[in-house]
Amino acid sequence: MTLPEIPALEFDDVGQVFDTASGQLEALRGVSMKVSRHEFVAVLGPSGCGKSTLLRLTSGLIAPTSGSVRVFGKEVDGPRDDVGIVFQKPTLLPWANVEDNVVFPIRHKTGRVRPEHRETARELLRKVGLEGFEKRLPSELSGGMQQRVGIARAMLLNPDILLMDEPFSALDALTREEMGFELLDIWQAQPKTVMFITHSISEAALLADRVLVMSERPGHFIADFEVPLPRPRSVETSTRKEMHEFAAQLRSLLLKRAA
Amino acid sequence: MKAILALPILRPIATFAAILVIWELSTIVFEIPSFLLPAPTRILTGFDAVEFSRWIEHIWATLRVALYGYITAIVIALPLAIVLSRSKVVSDCLYPLLVVIQSTPVVAVAPIIIVVLGSGDAPRIVITFLITFFPLVVSMTTGLMATPPELIELSRSLRAPVSRELSQIRIPYAIPYIFSGLKISITLSIIGAVVAEFVAAEKGIGYFIQFSTSYFKIPQAWAGLFLLVLISLLLFQIISAIQKQFFPWSLPKDNN
Repeated sequence: MTLPEIPALEFDDVGQVFDTASGQLEALRGVSMKVSRHEFVAVLGPSGCGKSTLLRLTSGLIAPTSGSVRVFGKEVDGPRDDVGIVFQKPTLLPWANVEDNVVFPIRHKTGRVRPEHRETARELLRKVGLEGFEKRLPSELSGGMQQRVGIARAMLLNPDILLMDEPFSALDALTREEMGFELLDIWQAQPKTVMFITHSISEAALLADRVLVMSERPGHFIADFEVPLPRPRSVETSTRKEMHEFAAQLRSLLLKRAA
Repeated sequence: MKAILALPILRPIATFAAILVIWELSTIVFEIPSFLLPAPTRILTGFDAVEFSRWIEHIWATLRVALYGYITAIVIALPLAIVLSRSKVVSDCLYPLLVVIQSTPVVAVAPIIIVVLGSGDAPRIVITFLITFFPLVVSMTTGLMATPPELIELSRSLRAPVSRELSQIRIPYAIPYIFSGLKISITLSIIGAVVAEFVAAEKGIGYFIQFSTSYFKIPQAWAGLFLLVLISLLLFQIISAIQKQFFPWSLPKDNN
């Protein structure tokens, strides 16, 4: 890096404690990290380690108990719509057709949808390979197609940051891999800062520029790896020696922690 | 026989036809007196006991009370369900009261309500309301809370007003639940109206049945009963048709 750049996303010694019925639950402790603009970061960790909490902190849905979260240098102090969220389940509106689902954020935010938003939506649907499905209902689509709609919806407001919470974990293995490569194509054509939560080692290695590994609760980062694989990535990438070595390195780290 | 059962629509008709035939034959074979169990053909003559215009008056009296009670229940249940689903405090305060009301046998309260509210439709509408109200509130509240939390987070991140969260997410998501409540309550509304008429009325099918039995005119009581079943079925079908027409996505998927 030639210039001291403002990170797209920055966590500074973030701690998160939830009050639950059974007492206090410390979800995060001392989480610090920086994500550069247009960087694709995967967060890898065991289930229940507070990965999703990271997303909710970034989108401003919750405030950190301690420390601070900054997006482009500005403290996150409330819900923000310049981050797009893709959830684990597509969670589309079952009564609305595909196009209406994609324009939903703008309708929900402003109460109306202008023709240019519909144009954007159709453009996004073309990008995710759903041209011709605009008027279908979600129930008529496969799980993978539904999640593509979810991605298009998250991109409608053209967010700088895309937060993805295990978006492909409900899909079958083949569809999952296919969707990963499609996501990379979209990301390459329309660069965004991506925080991709996953518990799949190969998915993290195959998609990301950097892999951050989280510990079990209270979650914090225990490792930060640059992915030693060239771009663009393809099916061929997954067969490379570096890929296997890197995946093995991640695996042994996670297994050691679990033991 | 196989040919009849091949068509799904004919299957229930076959059942009812069989019951009617067995019924008719057993009254003949066992020589059952018509004040105990009139044959279906005898019940048909029960319809002649009263003029057509009188039937319409009875039907309208019952239907009017049932529908007013039902609509009142809907109008009160929806906002109440919204408040209950939004506030834990309000829910904690009001829910026990609702359960107590539901646990009170309406049939037992009906005479008291009639004494308090006097004659006229008012007490009968209140009784119908009490019977139909609870299933509506419960189904609506459950529905309003059944929204996927992700969509609520999406709504929050968009900083959308609460009114839009309700109108664009929560209420549409509650539609399948609301309709199951509406379907249960529409048949209950007829029960409510009839119960009220049993206690005090000078018109209505419920009144007519009670009046007929006290004069041992059993066939015409049965005729009234048939009408009630018919009205109940019809109202239920209307609600189902509304759901099918306007909210087809809210119906469970067909297996084929």
